[in-house]
Amino acid sequence: MLAYLLRRLFYALPILIGVNLITFGLFFVVNTPDDMARMQLGVKRVTPEAIEKWKAERGYDKPLFINPAAPGVGLLTETIFFEKSARMFVGDFGRAEDGRDIAREIVTRMGPSLAIALPTFILGLFVTVSLALLLTFFRATYLDFWGVVLCVALMSISGLFYIIGGQFLISKLWKLVPISGYGGGPDAWKFLLLPVAIGVVSGIGSSTRWYRTIFLEEIGRDYVRTARAKGLPETAVLFRHVLKNAMVPILTGVVVVIPLLFMGSLLTESFFGIPGLGSYTIDAIQAQDFAVVRAMVFIGSVLYIAGLMLTDLSYTLVDPRIRFER
Amino acid sequence: MSFQPVLLWSDLLIWLLVAGAVALGVLSARNPPLRAAWARVGRSRPGMAAATVLLAFLAVGLLDSLHYRPALPGGEGGRTVYSVEVLSALDALLTPLRTRNEKTYSAPLATRAHAREAIEVRAPDGSVRQVRDYPRLRHGGAHLGDEAARDADVAARLLRACALAAGLWLALTAAVAARRAARDGRGFAAAWRGLWRDGEGFAWNAVLGALAALLLLACALAALVPEYHVFGTDKVGQDVLYQVLKSVRTALVIGLVTTLVMLPLAVLLGIVAGYFRGWADDAIQYLYTTLNSIPGVLLIAAAVLMMQVVIDTHPQWFATAAERADLRLLALCLILGMTSWTGLCRLLRGEALKLRELEYIQAAQAFGVSDLAIIGRHLLPNLMHIVIIALVMDFSSLVLAEAVLSYVGIGVDPTMISFGTMINNARMELAREPVVWWSLAAAFFFMFALVLAANLLADAVRDAFDPRMTGAAS
Amino acid sequence: MNRDDPLLSVRDLRMGFADGRRVLAAVEGVGFDLAAGETLALLGESGCGKSATALSLLRLLPAAGRILGGEVRFAGRDLLSLPESEMRAVRGGGMAMIFQEPATSLNPVLTVGRQIGEVLERHAGLTGEGARARALALLADVGIADPARRLDEYPFQLSGGMKQRVMIAMALAGNPRLLVADEPTTALDVTIQAQILELLGRLQAERGMGILLITHDLGVVARMATRVGVMYAGELVEEAPRAAFFAAPRHPYTQKLFAALPDLARRGGRLETIPGQVPPLAAMPSGCRFAARCPHAWQRCRDEAPAWHAPAPGHRVRCHLLETPGGSVAAGTSVGASAVTGVPDAASVAHAAEAAPLLAVTDLRVHFPLRRGLLQRTVGHVKAVDGVSLTLARGRTLALVGESGCGKTTVGKAILQLVAPTGGSVRLDGCQLVGLGRQALRPLRRQMQMVFQDPFASLNPRMTVGEIIGEGMAAFAVARPAGERAAAIAALLAQVGLDAAAAGRYPHEFSGGQRQRIAIARALAVQPGLIVCDEPTSALDVSVQAQILNLLGTLQAELGLAYLFITHNFAVVEYLAHEVAVMYLGRIVERGNVAEVLRTPRHPYTQALLSAVPSPRPDARPMQQDFVRLPGETPSPANPPAGCHFHPRCPRASEACRQRYPDVTALSPTHAVSCHLYNDGA
Repeated sequence: MLAYLLRRLFYALPILIGVNLITFGLFFVVNTPDDMARMQLGVKRVTPEAIEKWKAERGYDKPLFINPAAPGVGLLTETIFFEKSARMFVGDFGRAEDGRDIAREIVTRMGPSLAIALPTFILGLFVTVSLALLLTFFRATYLDFWGVVLCVALMSISGLFYIIGGQFLISKLWKLVPISGYGGGPDAWKFLLLPVAIGVVSGIGSSTRWYRTIFLEEIGRDYVRTARAKGLPETAVLFRHVLKNAMVPILTGVVVVIPLLFMGSLLTESFFGIPGLGSYTIDAIQAQDFAVVRAMVFIGSVLYIAGLMLTDLSYTLVDPRIRFER
Repeated sequence: MSFQPVLLWSDLLIWLLVAGAVALGVLSARNPPLRAAWARVGRSRPGMAAATVLLAFLAVGLLDSLHYRPALPGGEGGRTVYSVEVLSALDALLTPLRTRNEKTYSAPLATRAHAREAIEVRAPDGSVRQVRDYPRLRHGGAHLGDEAARDADVAARLLRACALAAGLWLALTAAVAARRAARDGRGFAAAWRGLWRDGEGFAWNAVLGALAALLLLACALAALVPEYHVFGTDKVGQDVLYQVLKSVRTALVIGLVTTLVMLPLAVLLGIVAGYFRGWADDAIQYLYTTLNSIPGVLLIAAAVLMMQVVIDTHPQWFATAAERADLRLLALCLILGMTSWTGLCRLLRGEALKLRELEYIQAAQAFGVSDLAIIGRHLLPNLMHIVIIALVMDFSSLVLAEAVLSYVGIGVDPTMISFGTMINNARMELAREPVVWWSLAAAFFFMFALVLAANLLADAVRDAFDPRMTGAAS
Repeated sequence: MNRDDPLLSVRDLRMGFADGRRVLAAVEGVGFDLAAGETLALLGESGCGKSATALSLLRLLPAAGRILGGEVRFAGRDLLSLPESEMRAVRGGGMAMIFQEPATSLNPVLTVGRQIGEVLERHAGLTGEGARARALALLADVGIADPARRLDEYPFQLSGGMKQRVMIAMALAGNPRLLVADEPTTALDVTIQAQILELLGRLQAERGMGILLITHDLGVVARMATRVGVMYAGELVEEAPRAAFFAAPRHPYTQKLFAALPDLARRGGRLETIPGQVPPLAAMPSGCRFAARCPHAWQRCRDEAPAWHAPAPGHRVRCHLLETPGGSVAAGTSVGASAVTGVPDAASVAHAAEAAPLLAVTDLRVHFPLRRGLLQRTVGHVKAVDGVSLTLARGRTLALVGESGCGKTTVGKAILQLVAPTGGSVRLDGCQLVGLGRQALRPLRRQMQMVFQDPFASLNPRMTVGEIIGEGMAAFAVARPAGERAAAIAALLAQVGLDAAAAGRYPHEFSGGQRQRIAIARALAVQPGLIVCDEPTSALDVSVQAQILNLLGTLQAELGLAYLFITHNFAVVEYLAHEVAVMYLGRIVERGNVAEVLRTPRHPYTQALLSAVPSPRPDARPMQQDFVRLPGETPSPANPPAGCHFHPRCPRASEACRQRYPDVTALSPTHAVSCHLYNDGA
């Protein structure tokens, strides 16, 4: 099993390198630093000096891959690729347009992101799996039929409307919780309640339907018939046999996003004014802060790959076939 | 000529798609297994009702994809000069909606503006006085002598619309029943009754039901539109109904062209990886795992930002604003396609892996049939259902994605009307007192109808094409 | 409950499957009794409603299944009117069930102990240590070695035979009085089947259980049943004690079933077949359901459903023929009539010995690499085929026999170069095939074709039958003009007994047997000399199998085809093969003429295999006199035992067997065996 995990880790490395190369290509090859400078400084009436200055301030004035002018290892290290891309592997993301250190910013903003994303994730999973089990239990009845119809309707609503509608109804009309903002201390829950609730509700449609499909597929299998032939009640069949087997496909889709919870949610955070990584990303996108976007792309991929490995690890918990692989 | 036709790139792709759909239809009609699958879709009531609604959206979108530049009046020296503004057939149809703008916000069916402003009132004695009041709209309900007569006028127009809708619907239904009666050689009454029964092979009842709702809506709108802003106006006084209708094309382009862009890549790489295995498989798997491991929104954000830089630093590439917005839309489709082909590719690879072990492919290999022929004759036709399912399944998620991306600022050009830009422009207005809700409500309603219809059709198509479902039946 | 009452009494059971708003009846008026300690076998071909009947008894029907009426009295209670909660006490408690596929019928993520424990908890109230001890005893009872270890293992760690033993242990855990066994050995190899059947017999004797055995295999019936019920198209058509059933089957359908069985006695002759097909559920005829296929049917059969008639005590038949005593067609007449042609063996043997072989395979090896570790290095090989040599002359049939996983299919594919051989040589008509490139191989491919096992996977569902058959013609440019090719396709269809109109239709419109005919036509289209038949009849019912075997025989006689016939069915081998090669773990252990290998088998494995096959004619062969019970199961070809691969299971293994793989010993010019028993000049 250790070998299995080691192997997975070993496979992750080339993927990470690939991601690094792709982002580098996107940010420095598709557009030259000159283009970016011209864009940032206003397209027209830019002097070449201003461009050079802009590039020098950000360290974009070096060659892309190979610096023949630099001595020794400088041939490779004193390049944009090494300084801007390769150094991301050691957690050096450089500075944002406003001069702040991106790595430090990321660390401080992870907390608020997680405070929203983690409860949403756990509660959402609980609610949707329960609903899906309910629909499965009542399969081929009117409850099931209308439940699925409702799910399809719910998943046809854009996530934007969940947030806008929720904010409008609960905060503006009924004034139950603050409309947006984030604070520490004993009142923090007030700020979290609405975004978490909206996050859960907006995921109900698609997730419930997806889990229901998984459960129904499992219910058609032979071992379920065996379990029934033993005289087990339907609830025992569902919880002991079906749920445990369905965990494999469910975990495939679920565990992989756990590390990404650190990244927060773009929409929720920006609507509710939560100082997390999601709103950081959105602000960077809107301000065209390339350094921050590049850093987020890389971190997102690292977290995704971590999620893949976590998924592999979680398989060993639910699937004995992998647990006993030598 | 009084206009000059303009073919935007997205128009070209849309009409190519239409041609592709027709070709698929012809192919399906000739191929019994495909025909049987489509017949199963035809039997699904939710599916056919959804298809009817989608066709209505498609009609709007296609009308909006016939672009032209109108001739300017008074061309010099016999030479016609064309406007720089690019219009579409839909714009021409909706000229009253497009041109009759108010100053700013007004509520649905309102006769007065939404906000007070200082207006001059001439008193009976002839003196002019400044009061703060809601000014009359320039166009909304302008035909009314007395504003109090609005409700009665609206009711009367709606009544006429209902009658017209009922008449049209009866005529259409009778036409369908008559055709079926002639085809099956039975009485008209029997054919009429047959339309409403299940098990007739085609869910006519659902189609006609959906058609009734659509006709009712269309007639009501048509009756009110000439004199009122049915869904109100927005900040700059533009009619919201016009915006909603223009948004449909954007949504369709995003939902359909994106899939078209990624399809060849996904199919080619998926089949190559699954059929040939070996190093090609390793390389393709590496490629899509790597792309897949960058969170979608971030990859799109990065790519769109870079595209913006390219567009902004090369203003000389675009003749008109419409052209620039159009190319930006296509670039967005391309980017969305490049980030979303991985899922379909993985699916096709897995299926190709399974199929290549099947005995009919081994039988072909035993004849020494070339790999290319095996792929064309045996693999592709048996992967078609996955492609079709992916096409319809992706549509709704892409439409939803457009709204989010436009909101984040990495979607369509801000000047292009789309559901996303509509929501983005209107969302701050919920904070106003009194609330400006109609833009959001209209965008919500139309988007919901489009996505729900797409989801329902996708379900019907998946059920009909999934071999596991059909395998159980035979 | 009265002492004389039967354990299970079914009356007029009717069930169906919902199809939209209709319910299509799948079982119609089935009734039987079953006493404790008795085995009633329900026999029938696929789709006759026997499994649906069994599932109805436990009310375990799939979602679309509906019980439409009737009565199931079990231990004095009517099961069909019990509330669901009481029914659950019956399931697993009074009445237990085992299924066809042990691999999928066990929950893959729960340990064996847990799955047995569930039954103990539900029906015996046992938990904890008590349950564990009981589960251990049960596992030991069903013959699982080292039960303490197995208790904590997961199903994927068990072999197929062991999984079925666990299923049986689970069924026994509730101390049932009746065991419903739905094709319990169909998915297993013959040697494992023999073990499981023996186990079931022993358990029944010990516990006095009733067994309702659902099967399609007359051999299993002969081995296990006390009484037999034959089902056809949802109805029970004949019920008889075993002896009477095998001695004198009375229903025309039953008689046809027997006559369709291939064996040595019918060699060279044509097998009886049943024309037509089982009527579909939606279009059941109103009269006798077999009338359309019955050679003795007259008008009354089509109009009126026959009543039960009892030609002998305990023997009842649902057929109009039995209305008048002695009216039934005597059993066996048709059997005798078909066996007169005899075998032209002697002449062709002499002929074949002189002619140069069409196919000569020497030391063929196919090894698949096993990859492990960080860099997926090759750490070993699965020796699927490990040094197989054989020859085959034109117009002859060589049967390659063995259990699943022995590499017989891989041999077939390697000969056709569909799998690249690792080594050895394959000569077709003198041409070396191994190592040839694709282009060089193409013209040679015309000489050899394959017919596959699964008639549903071997035809592309998106092509018409004409296109399927024409594919090979196009590849080799046979009959190039379109008109000529259409005529050629029509001729081929006629040759395999299909209508020319079939060319325009799609595979899904055809039944399994018809599809196999299409597959044969596709192979014939390029006029090959050699056809590799990979279990072409194992997915088919007996009556359809007979049609295909007849067809293959006819084609061989007309076209002089050579068949490499890959199979696990000895009855088929007896019927049509000229020579036999027996494979075990990638190697041929014995080969020779049919008579030599099947009448005087020399290798202990061949002997065990032959004695494990249950004979459908209890009188034809003395029952299990010299039954060689083979312990254990086939080891993995990735890690074959040292020395003779067979020695761990061999009852006569010696020290030499553990040391060294035996050489081939020629016992006669045609008969050879790889066994140390015959090495030293024996």
